[in-house]
Amino acid sequence: MSNQIIPLHQLPLGSFAKVVELKLEGLPRRRMLDLGLVADSVVEAVRRSPAGDPIAYYIRGALIALRKEESSQILVSPI
Amino acid sequence: MSRPCQQGCSGCPSSQKEDPQVLQEKFAVKLTSPEQIVVALAGNPNVGKSTVFNALTGLNQHTGNWPGKTVTNAQGLTRHKNREFILVDLPGTYSLLANSVDEQVARDFLCFGNPQATIVVVDATCLERNLNLVFQVLEITSKVVVCVNLLDEAKRKGLEVNIKTLSQELGVPVVPTVARDGQGLKELMNAVHDVALGIIKTNPQKMTYDQDIEEAIQTIEPKLNNILQGLLDSRWVALRLLDGDHTILQSIYEHLKVDAAHSLERRVTYCHD
Repeated sequence: MSNQIIPLHQLPLGSFAKVVELKLEGLPRRRMLDLGLVADSVVEAVRRSPAGDPIAYYIRGALIALRKEESSQILVSPI
Repeated sequence: MSRPCQQGCSGCPSSQKEDPQVLQEKFAVKLTSPEQIVVALAGNPNVGKSTVFNALTGLNQHTGNWPGKTVTNAQGLTRHKNREFILVDLPGTYSLLANSVDEQVARDFLCFGNPQATIVVVDATCLERNLNLVFQVLEITSKVVVCVNLLDEAKRKGLEVNIKTLSQELGVPVVPTVARDGQGLKELMNAVHDVALGIIKTNPQKMTYDQDIEEAIQTIEPKLNNILQGLLDSRWVALRLLDGDHTILQSIYEHLKVDAAHSLERRVTYCHD
């Protein structure tokens, strides 16, 4: 499980993962970095909105909702 | 914190007094006497910046538990140790890298408003995510006081903040507060007073980047230094340019009347290759 790399939106609710890489470029990338999504940050998938998107993640002490548009570009390794 | 700045750049921005005209024209900050000290108040959204602001100025700027409430600069006056301080409440941002209007307002004030001190208010319950902004501010100005607010909530969550270590790590004064109850505000203003007047010399922790980035900085920084003449931290501007941030060139032109874009274009293109 630990070597597996998946896009963040596929992380099952209630489980944790470490950020491996951001596939985003430019401002969206900057945005994610500013929210604390840098390599090795631990992220928890907390809950899903009724429509399934966005999903709320616990990131460095804050609950942040990300759309699939962004979270699919964030590669993580489940822990 | 006592080690002097090693760069020795002539007319370091933090040592300069702000130009009253620029302040008034661009940021609508009105100094009624040259003795007044301009202090910027920065911080992430929803950390209690406006509560700190209101508690210090006695004003009743709208505070509320949602982000993006402080749209434009709010200003207020406070007296401490027989000095008048003009506090400028900046919009709450996670970053100063100009992703949004809020961030650009905050960044431009810190860069071109030349506040004599900057208070960065951080949330004690999630320090880690707040420190991103602290480090970004420290790259622009060394005259910083970090205010660790919401300490009561942190205690309730069983968190303890080691203020002394934090201050040592950051190289600037750190003051714990519970702004809602007025706790720690006097100590905060003591630190602001001392930093603004140079009684405390700060020694901010600057980020060291990967070698290739540091080398690129070395290539453009001397050139930037010539252009900026110490009006702005050239290392910081170099980093922004490497980041591909064009808004900073526009802001430099607007505020400093220096056409850095023209003089730099070729060199920056070269670095990107």
